[in-house]
Amino acid sequence: MQFIVEILSIILSTVIDIVPIVVIIFGFQYFVIKRPMPNLKEVAIGILYVLLGLSFFLVGLEEALFPIGKSMAQQLTDPEFIRAGLSTAGKVLQWDDYGWVYLFAAAIGFATTIAEPSLIAVAIMANDVSGGSIGKRGLRISVAIGVAIGITLGVYRIISGTPLHYYIIVGYIIVVIQTFFVPKIIVGLAFDSGGVTTSTVTVPMVTALGLGLASTIPGRNPLLDGFGLIAFASLFPIISVMLYAQASEWIAGGKKIPVMQHENKGEK
Amino acid sequence: MKFIHNMIKPLTQSGRDLLPIILVVIFFQLFILKQPFHDVGKVLTGVFFVLMGMSLFIRGLEMGLFPAGGSLAYAFARKGSLFWLLVFAFSLGFGTTIAEPALISVANEAATVAAEGGMIPPDEASKESYATGLRLTVAISVGFAILVGVIRIIKGWPIHFLIIAGYIGVVVMTAFAPKEIIGIAYDSGGVTTSTITVPLVTALGVGLASSISGRNPLIDGFGLIAFASLTPMIFVMAYGMII
Repeated sequence: MQFIVEILSIILSTVIDIVPIVVIIFGFQYFVIKRPMPNLKEVAIGILYVLLGLSFFLVGLEEALFPIGKSMAQQLTDPEFIRAGLSTAGKVLQWDDYGWVYLFAAAIGFATTIAEPSLIAVAIMANDVSGGSIGKRGLRISVAIGVAIGITLGVYRIISGTPLHYYIIVGYIIVVIQTFFVPKIIVGLAFDSGGVTTSTVTVPMVTALGLGLASTIPGRNPLLDGFGLIAFASLFPIISVMLYAQASEWIAGGKKIPVMQHENKGEK
Repeated sequence: MKFIHNMIKPLTQSGRDLLPIILVVIFFQLFILKQPFHDVGKVLTGVFFVLMGMSLFIRGLEMGLFPAGGSLAYAFARKGSLFWLLVFAFSLGFGTTIAEPALISVANEAATVAAEGGMIPPDEASKESYATGLRLTVAISVGFAILVGVIRIIKGWPIHFLIIAGYIGVVVMTAFAPKEIIGIAYDSGGVTTSTITVPLVTALGVGLASSISGRNPLIDGFGLIAFASLTPMIFVMAYGMII
């Protein structure tokens, strides 16, 4: 019974999320464009699938993954647990005593990004538009590696207590330098990958890790230091996707990635 | 037979996407924390729901959101009304962000931080008005981002100049914004783009770039999401300075 209530409340909140979008799409279609939506029935069924799919997805995450992931993050960051793995008991914890936390941060960053639905959407679109030359898998794996590195570094920042903006500014400088050397066609996609990595699956898991760390390390304020991991997770994929493009170009022997004209579906 | 194949294929696909998380969780639970799973049945039900949900969602994207965004972009390009296209771009950004659950929770946390930091009086009413103000700020900034991004696609401006300008904006604002707001501002850039907004906005960008002659969907079509994650940082820091 409680499970059904939970499903219904998640469906309701997804509906609230999707209503403004549907109103805007159909409002502009019928009042500004003044033309019926092509394939209206299919589009409507598709939106219904998106609604149900996202709700089931969230219900499943709430049931299975989030509770385990969150309690895991809490236990791994617990000073008792970290001390237990050390030979010298009772000393003040140093940044390099947190070995499992770093590994967990990298692993969970990678794994949640691979499962992120909005990244799948962008990968499908990029694959479509590039005529298959930008592989769905390759793009998603390079984004996931970027998130893994980003979160690990973000965790190090919380543990060491260094200011957030130093890291972000250095990251920006790297990104700006890279944009002048990568193939032009990847730049927009690389920047977009940074924005999409952090949503449904990644944010709750990563926030739990950040808050867990910030609340157990002496001298950290969870409200101030718990934030910032998301920013790392959106910056580093930009760097890794551009590296991926450079590497693919280099492997292909300096050949440019062919760009095919995308056929607009509305024309049919 | 074909029907069964059509059902199974997306499920195995989603299974592959989910496998890393499952492996990470099992590894840490059993080998590092050395604990059993408390309620295996509940976990399996949850995983089943995630699989079903992911498959349905991706099917729905291809049937509904992608074609809807693409056909609207095409219709706007043919109609040639820049004004309405820009109104559409702004409302899409604003409308999808204001109701975003992740943003609502970040805004509430931010209000708590602000109250503890003594920036606003620590009572419920001022916290609520602070959180609402923050949500409005972020929603306006996302609307503004999509609007600028659409102008960029139409004009064919190279994306990196706008991004670099945005980065400079973020860095300059960081120097002046109150310390308490910086972490929240940086994170608010990441939470604005929800799972439903991303496919739609991407379809809009790619659709526009495909319909306008001289634009390349790959070079010009992407980048809207990037703006939408950048402008909130600047606007939120500005909000923190004004309040």
